[in-house]
Amino acid sequence: MAEKKIPLWEVFIRSRNGMSHRHVGSVHAADAEMALQAARDVYTRRGEGLSVWVVPSTEIIASDPDDKGMLFEPTGSKIYRHPTFYEIPEEVGNM
Amino acid sequence: MTTLHIDDASPLVLYTLRLADNALVLGHRLSEWTGHAPMLEEDIALANVALDLIGQSRALYTYAGEAEGEGRDEDAFAYLRDAEGFRNVLLVEQPNGDFAVTIMRQFLYSAFMLPFWRKLMGSADERLAAIAAKAEKEAAYHLRHSAEWVIRLGDGTEESHERITDALADLWMFTGELFEMDDADRALVERGIAVDVSALRPEWERTVDEIFAEAGLTRPADVWMQTGGRGGRHSEHLGFLLADLQFLQRAYPGASW
Amino acid sequence: MYTQALNNLDIDTTGDDAALEARFQARVDDEQRIEPNDWMPEAYRKTLVRQIAQHAHSEIVGMLPEGNWITRAPSLRRKAALLAKVQDEGGHGLYLYAAAETLGKSREEMVEELLSGKAKYSSIFNYPTLTWADIGAIGWLVDGAAIMNQIPLCRCSYGPYSRAMIRVCKEESFHQRQGYELMLSLAKGTPEQKEMAQDALNRWWWPSLMMFGPPDGESIHSGKSMAWKIKRFSNDDLRQKFIDATVPQAHFLGLELPDPDLKFNEETGHWEVGEIDWEEFQQVVAGNGPCNRQRIKQRRTAHENGAWVREAATAYADKRRARKAAAAAAEAKEAA
Repeated sequence: MAEKKIPLWEVFIRSRNGMSHRHVGSVHAADAEMALQAARDVYTRRGEGLSVWVVPSTEIIASDPDDKGMLFEPTGSKIYRHPTFYEIPEEVGNM
Repeated sequence: MTTLHIDDASPLVLYTLRLADNALVLGHRLSEWTGHAPMLEEDIALANVALDLIGQSRALYTYAGEAEGEGRDEDAFAYLRDAEGFRNVLLVEQPNGDFAVTIMRQFLYSAFMLPFWRKLMGSADERLAAIAAKAEKEAAYHLRHSAEWVIRLGDGTEESHERITDALADLWMFTGELFEMDDADRALVERGIAVDVSALRPEWERTVDEIFAEAGLTRPADVWMQTGGRGGRHSEHLGFLLADLQFLQRAYPGASW
Repeated sequence: MYTQALNNLDIDTTGDDAALEARFQARVDDEQRIEPNDWMPEAYRKTLVRQIAQHAHSEIVGMLPEGNWITRAPSLRRKAALLAKVQDEGGHGLYLYAAAETLGKSREEMVEELLSGKAKYSSIFNYPTLTWADIGAIGWLVDGAAIMNQIPLCRCSYGPYSRAMIRVCKEESFHQRQGYELMLSLAKGTPEQKEMAQDALNRWWWPSLMMFGPPDGESIHSGKSMAWKIKRFSNDDLRQKFIDATVPQAHFLGLELPDPDLKFNEETGHWEVGEIDWEEFQQVVAGNGPCNRQRIKQRRTAHENGAWVREAATAYADKRRARKAAAAAAEAKEAA
């Protein structure tokens, strides 16, 4: 019997410590309300979260792993974006 | 060890035990689903509801034991009373049936318990008020969860509509008991401890009508209501449930686990 | 949560691009994680799908033997703990199915393979839970063995599997303690309770040792899995680690291990066990355990009984989408 597939949703939880929503896993549900409930029931059983997002997995647009070089390597050489690039005499104190 | 009776319990103990028994028996029923639900997500969801209810029963039994002052703990109440000593409403002991029966039972009960706990939060009895404050949030989710399913089963396929309609027909006759009060209840209502459940009916009916309208279901009319659970006269089903629940405590009296 | 070392994989490595494969292997060697969209050898994908699916199935089938005792738990505290534990196993099955889905296999397909008997799961769950003490023994021994297997999987080269395992291991930390505490209360209880505990240990000890899979010498494809960092320790190493940890725990309980040949080797510092009955293991894996048929039937029944519910949920979602579309169309028409 070929049963209709129940859609997959990606689950994001904002934890108690005020961080951004973080991807925690997936659930299957027929619609958005059920996905939200399933996400709550599956991923917050130990008081992990204060807010839940669900997104249909098919709606996630991901970068292509083959573009990794083009996308992420050019920033590697821009060391002047990091505070350690600049030398400040110790006497000045923390900056 | 003799079977514990509660015939001479004080109104407060009896009141607390009735609430505890409702929670335990329904929690036990839901726990029977574990590993057998229609989908994995729902297996986990039903277990969450069961755990909430078992947690409520434990807090309530513990309080009943303290109020009674005879040294009974939660397990003495749960494991050492025979069916007639249990004072839960008949609705919660009805067998799980198919998923439609389980969901309808949960919906009818939760639609009652949410406004009930809200009122009990203002009880003059601080312990009951505190238990109610925690249970209220749990009941709100139980209602949301079961109502969403009632809508989907009612407005899903022909088969699901038939099954949820059938479940409603099976269970409606047990809803009258939710609104019953006896002298013990009335005495506590007067002291500001208990909830006047007759006043909850309009809100319960509103909730039921609203969800049924979305689900395409009709509230049954002119049904003869069953009664007895609150007085210790149960359906056939509770005995089997307790045989399961109490088996080890009965087979090995006095052992601790 | 339970894995069983997997050794029966037919790995076909022909036809993959050698340069890609070398780059892939370099990343694995460098302890980088492989992610769903990354290039990977077909055999790596297949191995993972099979292992993760088996792992997920084990969680789901594993709910049944323990689930037997949820309604009969002897105290409300034990009842809540057991229900939470079995529920966790469902959750772990869910995380793992999702991890396998990132490799392109749907949950429906995996469930279908379980129900048809095509897919394997940990054979420990084909043994029956006969008394309450079995719940303690499973928590203590079966979860204990599983943890040994699972902790290295938290560093598995495949990102989604490793992340699922981190979550699983974190949640599982109470499972073994729950089981041992239960055994402790029986071992220190009445003579009947102690007898119950001993009987459970007698029945679960050897199957727990078998959970680590056949001896290293007979382990066919371990090498490849090791190179891919799916597997990090050999079956025998993990088994020995488990034995060394568990024997003193049994002694603390005042229980006897059902092995007349068990002895401590002063020189190596390890406990040595007698001969494991691998014939029994092969038979249970092949489907001839006491409960193989029963477990799959129970899963099949639950799946079939739930079909109308899943259909209803899908039908409702379709209807609502259609209604929304119709309403939007009507609105657009009005605006025009």
